[in-house]
Amino acid sequence: MNAIRPPSALREGALAFLARYDGLKARLPGDPALRAAAAELFRAGGLPGPREEAWRYTFLRPLVEQEFHEPLVPLADCGPLLARLPAIDAPRLVFVDGRYRGDLSVPPVQAMVTTGAPALGPLARPESEKMVALNTMLAEDGAEIAVPAGVDAGTLLLVSLGTDAHGRAVAFHPRHAVHLAAGARLTLIEICMGEGAYLHNPVLSATIEAGATLTHLRLQDEAKGAFHLSTVYADVAEGGTYDSFALNLGARLARMEVHARLAGPGAAAHLNAAQLLSGNQHGDFTTVVAHDAPNTQSRQTVKNVLTGNARGVFQGKIEVARAAQKTDGYQMNQALLLSPGAEINCKPQLEIYADDVKCSHGATVGELDAAQLFYLRSRGVPEAEARAILVRAFLSEALDPITHEAGRAALEQAVAAWWETQAA
Amino acid sequence: MPAVEETLDTVNAVTGSTYKWGFSTDIEMEMAPKGLNEDIIRLISARKNEPEWLLAWRLSAYAAWLKMEEPEWAMLRHPPIDYQDLHYYAAPKQKAGPKSLDEVDPALLAMYEKLGIPLKERAILAGVQGAGEDEQERPQVAVDAVFDSVSVATTFRATLAKSGVIFCPISEAVQEHPELVRQYLGTVVPAQDNYFAALNSAVFTDGSFVYIPKGVRCPMELSTYFRINARNTGQFERTLIIAEEGSQVSYLEGCTAPQRDENQLHAAVVELVAMDDARIKYSTVQNWYPGDTEGRGGIYNFVTKRGDCRGARSKISWTQVETGSAITWKYPSCILRGDGSVGEFYSVAVTNNHQQADTGTKMIHIGKNTTSTIVSKGISAGHSNNTYRGLVRVRPSAAGARNFTQCDSLLIGNNCGAHTVPYIESRNPTAKLEHEATTSKIDEDQLFYCRQRGLSQEDAVGLIVNGFCKDVLKELPMEFAVEAQKLLAVSLEGSVG
Repeated sequence: MNAIRPPSALREGALAFLARYDGLKARLPGDPALRAAAAELFRAGGLPGPREEAWRYTFLRPLVEQEFHEPLVPLADCGPLLARLPAIDAPRLVFVDGRYRGDLSVPPVQAMVTTGAPALGPLARPESEKMVALNTMLAEDGAEIAVPAGVDAGTLLLVSLGTDAHGRAVAFHPRHAVHLAAGARLTLIEICMGEGAYLHNPVLSATIEAGATLTHLRLQDEAKGAFHLSTVYADVAEGGTYDSFALNLGARLARMEVHARLAGPGAAAHLNAAQLLSGNQHGDFTTVVAHDAPNTQSRQTVKNVLTGNARGVFQGKIEVARAAQKTDGYQMNQALLLSPGAEINCKPQLEIYADDVKCSHGATVGELDAAQLFYLRSRGVPEAEARAILVRAFLSEALDPITHEAGRAALEQAVAAWWETQAA
Repeated sequence: MPAVEETLDTVNAVTGSTYKWGFSTDIEMEMAPKGLNEDIIRLISARKNEPEWLLAWRLSAYAAWLKMEEPEWAMLRHPPIDYQDLHYYAAPKQKAGPKSLDEVDPALLAMYEKLGIPLKERAILAGVQGAGEDEQERPQVAVDAVFDSVSVATTFRATLAKSGVIFCPISEAVQEHPELVRQYLGTVVPAQDNYFAALNSAVFTDGSFVYIPKGVRCPMELSTYFRINARNTGQFERTLIIAEEGSQVSYLEGCTAPQRDENQLHAAVVELVAMDDARIKYSTVQNWYPGDTEGRGGIYNFVTKRGDCRGARSKISWTQVETGSAITWKYPSCILRGDGSVGEFYSVAVTNNHQQADTGTKMIHIGKNTTSTIVSKGISAGHSNNTYRGLVRVRPSAAGARNFTQCDSLLIGNNCGAHTVPYIESRNPTAKLEHEATTSKIDEDQLFYCRQRGLSQEDAVGLIVNGFCKDVLKELPMEFAVEAQKLLAVSLEGSVG
């Protein structure tokens, strides 16, 4: 094998993170050996670059051109940011610049939560993804959420606020873990917002035991100058479900990467998403679904709406192991390009080693249908409204399956607000 | 799943002896010493009596190749290839180029006879006999036969010359039409394009050259038949087809090799150029020796094929039936430069036993209102792996571009793999792209239906597989379609039908 050498800009960017680790390592909480191992991996591998297949469409150059600092003791008034949170009546865990803020949080009753140290979780391994190595090396805090067997823990908000630390861009790498014991249920609503420029590099690992259901709704609405690079691992045991929807909306460069493994018979994963990007934004939604057991099912509906000079990326891989007979995998990726400068790159991928399976994927790319627009216009609907109706209809396939009403309302509102800023 | 089990049993029962083209021919050969260096390249160039510019081109390709690394991104596993352990030139010994078929070594003619390739003019391919009362009206096929490193015979050249069509070995074209070769060679697949193309550019020995003048519709099908015979040789042929404004040509390509235990390397380059309103139809039935049931031997097939739709409304259509080779690495592509140009790719790739195929296409939309269609059918059986890898790219200039892609995979048995890796990139909002892929096994209901009507298991599976591939097979010229259907059945013999 030839070693893949990252471009020099990426090497220098990686060095900045390593320097930070060298300065901080004595003070970081948790197992120092594990961090040192992650740091070694990161030193050897660096940041992921465009010569790697999984990163061919997302280049981290803008990230390395930004200088990041240590998050300061939070002085900023989080009031205005908190006020922007959708009104969902549920307990919440609030992290500011990657650190848990008990004063802003309302812990749940039905689930056990531990904070104050990175919740490493059993799934995310530094050797599997370079961003996870970076996270493991520098993670300072995170939430460990556990729901006991048979308990329905209701809804929990996991909020990340990035603050504008007086023009000093900060980088934070929180590490969360969720564990649902057999038959447990939880709706986790993850909201990322902020101001100014910062890097948010969270890793979340979710273990879903037999018959348990994790509903994971995600609103990525980071500040326009921010970077969001998140990695989620979900392992689903027999009869369990990982039901997720992600709205990729904010940040100048965002990548939401999800690895779901269907480890037990009858396990299911839904990885739906919508990416709404404008201006010079770059958004990337990457998924890997591993069917490792028979009779497992995965569903993915990913919708992209791109305006301005935005670039959207979707990469979705379905892997079916030999043992995973009777797998049912479906993936649909659609993109609407609303301006001449917009760009979409998608790579749906099937890797199948079992014969008795039903796997399919589809992808379409195009602009708004002229005939549909004409239909609405001919019935007296103004142009702008007609376009809004069609875009909303385009997104409905991904949004409609969300059964959590308050969660869906919050996401719908974010979509509506986004469209209004586009129309304005 | 009794039906599948039964199928699997038959897989195990049948051995690799079904490769009917596996014999080798004993012919006195002239071989270059093993190994690759500048001297070998000079030797090849000298043997071909090539002009200085071509030797310089070869040497620069070689220099580039030395700096390149073998690509590793394909889903293919093979032991490292020792490029120094091959003969880069092997040619049947003969006196100063045969002037007619009568001068060709009778052993060679007998071999082609055995392969069913008509080297006698006015001979007619099997399956279409009696198509016309008058001999003149019967479909005729001009054949260029490439044996290891050289072309041994090209038929119907006089008939073709009457309409201005040039069809000859590329080594001869270098001598007789140097201006055309120099103008076009390497303009579609540059010498430094990729590892295997660079290797080919350095050491290519022969191949076919086709030139269709303005407004001419080629009066017959053209075809090249490639045969690797010698042991430890690589075959590096180069094909160049130029279709001038308003012309049309249909070109067929077939390949076989003897059954041997060691792997042999085949790295070809095919370049197509279509000017305004020109049409090129390029069909391949690839049946290199696939190795035995244990995966021993077989051809490593690393091929770069690319068509350049330079003119407005030009059309290039690739159709391939890939049943052979231990390894297939091949992505026939279209660069849709001319406004309104059309690219098509129809493919059936069958892998059985330990074969590996990573094949697909690239459609690069540059001109306005360009359209492309991709239909790919992959069938995997035994312990094989079959990957579709394709790229559809719409550049910002390609307003109104249109693509439709359909990739279907069929798995037979649970020791094989079927993979789909499409890349879809659009930078123009007026472009419309659609992609669909499915993976499934042979439908039990369809099988039951056929069995119930008295078809044997093998016939039933054969029928279903042929139906699965119909969209592609119907694109083949008739003579080839007959051969391809038979080949499909043979390739899957033991596994399906």
